Amino acid sequence: MQRDRVAATPEREVTPQYTMEQIVAVNPYNPDILPDLEAYVQEQVNSQTYSLDANLCLLRLYQFEPSRMNIQIVARILVKALMALPAPDFNLCMFLIPEKLQMEDPFLTLITLAHFLETARFREFWDEAARNRHILEVVPGFEQAIQGFALHVLSLSYQRLPRPVLAEAINMEGLSLDKFLEHQIASNGWSVEKVSGGGQLVVLPPNEHNYPELKKSIVDSIPLEHVSKLFPILT
Amino acid sequence: MAYDSSSYGGGYDDSFEQRPEFKNARDLEQQEPDYDTNFVPDVVKSFVVYLYRYIREKNVYEILQMYEISFQKLSERMFKQSPWPVVEAIAPYVDNDHVFCLLYRELWFRHVYARLTPTLTQRMESWDNYCSLFQIILHGNVNMQLPNQWLWDMIDEFIYQFQSYCQYRAKLKTKTDQELALLRQYAEVWNVVGVLNYLQALIEKSNIIQILEDDKDGSTNFTAQNGYDFQGGGSNVLKVLGYFSIVGLLRVHCLLGDYYSGLKCLVPIDIHQHGVYSNVVGCQITTVYYYVFANLMLRRYVEAIKACNQILLIIHKTKQDHQASSQFQQILKKNEQLYALLAICLSLCPQGKLVEENVNSQLREKQGEKMLRMQRNDEAVFDELFSFACPKFITPSPPNYDELVNYNQDAYRLQLKLFLSEVRQQQLLSSIRSYLKLYSAIPISKLASFMDVDEPTLRMALLTYKHKTHVLDYDGRIISNADVEFYIDKDVVQIVDSKVTKRFGDYFIKHILKFEELVGVLESVQL
Repeated sequence: MQRDRVAATPEREVTPQYTMEQIVAVNPYNPDILPDLEAYVQEQVNSQTYSLDANLCLLRLYQFEPSRMNIQIVARILVKALMALPAPDFNLCMFLIPEKLQMEDPFLTLITLAHFLETARFREFWDEAARNRHILEVVPGFEQAIQGFALHVLSLSYQRLPRPVLAEAINMEGLSLDKFLEHQIASNGWSVEKVSGGGQLVVLPPNEHNYPELKKSIVDSIPLEHVSKLFPILT
Repeated sequence: MAYDSSSYGGGYDDSFEQRPEFKNARDLEQQEPDYDTNFVPDVVKSFVVYLYRYIREKNVYEILQMYEISFQKLSERMFKQSPWPVVEAIAPYVDNDHVFCLLYRELWFRHVYARLTPTLTQRMESWDNYCSLFQIILHGNVNMQLPNQWLWDMIDEFIYQFQSYCQYRAKLKTKTDQELALLRQYAEVWNVVGVLNYLQALIEKSNIIQILEDDKDGSTNFTAQNGYDFQGGGSNVLKVLGYFSIVGLLRVHCLLGDYYSGLKCLVPIDIHQHGVYSNVVGCQITTVYYYVFANLMLRRYVEAIKACNQILLIIHKTKQDHQASSQFQQILKKNEQLYALLAICLSLCPQGKLVEENVNSQLREKQGEKMLRMQRNDEAVFDELFSFACPKFITPSPPNYDELVNYNQDAYRLQLKLFLSEVRQQQLLSSIRSYLKLYSAIPISKLASFMDVDEPTLRMALLTYKHKTHVLDYDGRIISNADVEFYIDKDVVQIVDSKVTKRFGDYFIKHILKFEELVGVLESVQL
């Protein structure tokens, strides 16, 4: 049990230093850890780390005592959750935030941004993001994280895609896109083809989603747990 | 509970001399509200005496008979519209045994909740009773063996009453000043943190997570013994309550809208295997229902469909056995809700091949027409089925008592709204699906003109399809839920041949097992 394990350690350590994750695992419903969790959100922002468990725990404690809710911190949790895409974390957080709050800014803006990302409307997303720098800039790594998500969706879908489609999705153009492509070609197995009418095609490295034939071998096999049903008969 | 054979049974208590007259009076006026709950009819007396005796003798079979059958029968016959005799009145017949009285009161309140409308005071007293009972169990002061059915019902009822209290408290408009004063004064009663902490404490004190872990490598046999402990002379109560509290946590988290944490709590129980949970039908259905619902909200449709199919098949096969059960109506209700959830899941993720024939034909019969409408993006149907099938969501925080409004629908409305916005985000996907099924390759421009959208919009819709049909599992791997697979090369959508390769391996395994079973039956036949 988590609690026993944690409680057993102090013998070795004079000043026990538990990670916030351990504290959450042991006290998932303890309102006393609320201030620590709030500080931990800021720590995640500063150190570019992320803990869904800790953040959901904080939202849960807010849900139990709405008067203690700190809107700025909730907004930061949501920005971090957007950055966790393709994981559904943004929705998971929204399930716990009172509807009344969701009708106000900054939540309205964040909901719009999430909607654009969920429906792959990257052009609209980047435009809207540019208009709302004040919410997003406080969280370092935001732009890179969303670009990462866009690349994830593109590589699920495309073998070869026109350069402008890529440019729009990751919000890069001209020289900076050239530089980005150079880097991907050098280290991630991308390549670029010229098209007859001018322009470029970007070739993404194969994975089992854009090259479905890579997946075949798994489908034909029988999982061990199914075979294990026969063990009693065989012995 | 100490065993002491000398002090039970024996004669009427003199204080109940007026019994015959009273009985007549009650027969004439069945609805009489101020019927004397201090009066203990003979049958009730022998009920408590025997139940007490069987509990002390650790006769689980007889306890279960009395609990499941006698209690229901007596309730039906004598206490249809009135509470059972108060605990003080029956206590003399059971040696004033403290634990037995707590158990009796637990039944007493449950009966009030099931057949009457509990008053605020009764709700509060029931909370106190659970606290006393759980505290004694948590301190290891019981050595009873109780039927798993009863222990499950305890956890189930504990959460039901919590949820009921939250709903009751949220309707502030109709509260009297006195009720408001009580609610304000006793904020700790049915407090969400208290409820969660009791469940958590039962899990931790029982050490159940470690036990289930040890079970896997065979160093304990909790599952094999179905949670009972006859040889060791110990008690199953704490262990099994701890076990059911795992399901309890899943349920409470779902009621709060915290699906991710709920599923995380359930990890120690593998719902794809038999276990103690699957030996109590109510528990099995509850577990899978919340599991399915949470997975639906997390967009893990394939997982939801598989679990739904599995439990609906079980209900289908065993329905006859439960007809006499007091929970039959509830089983039927959950059955309908699960079909509604399955219809929703299949509309968002048409993986019909995951559904067995029996379940499929029932589904067509019950929801066929609605599924067609959902395929055409009829949002009203999603709304209707979701509202019918969702749990009773709660707002856990105490209200603002200065603002007398009803807010009991708030939590439900929020979950519904978020679900419908998910549906809206997926609205182009079903027509993409139907076109892709017709082609092995199609230019984006052509597909766009079929769908009556421009090319950039179609590219977005295709990406949305990919995003919505691919989810991350707990290890961060990408899992595809897609029924139609495709990739885009340049400006052409290439559709992957979705011919299903027959899984001969599974087919043979199934038939080897069937054959083995048949041989077993033949061997046992006496000629």
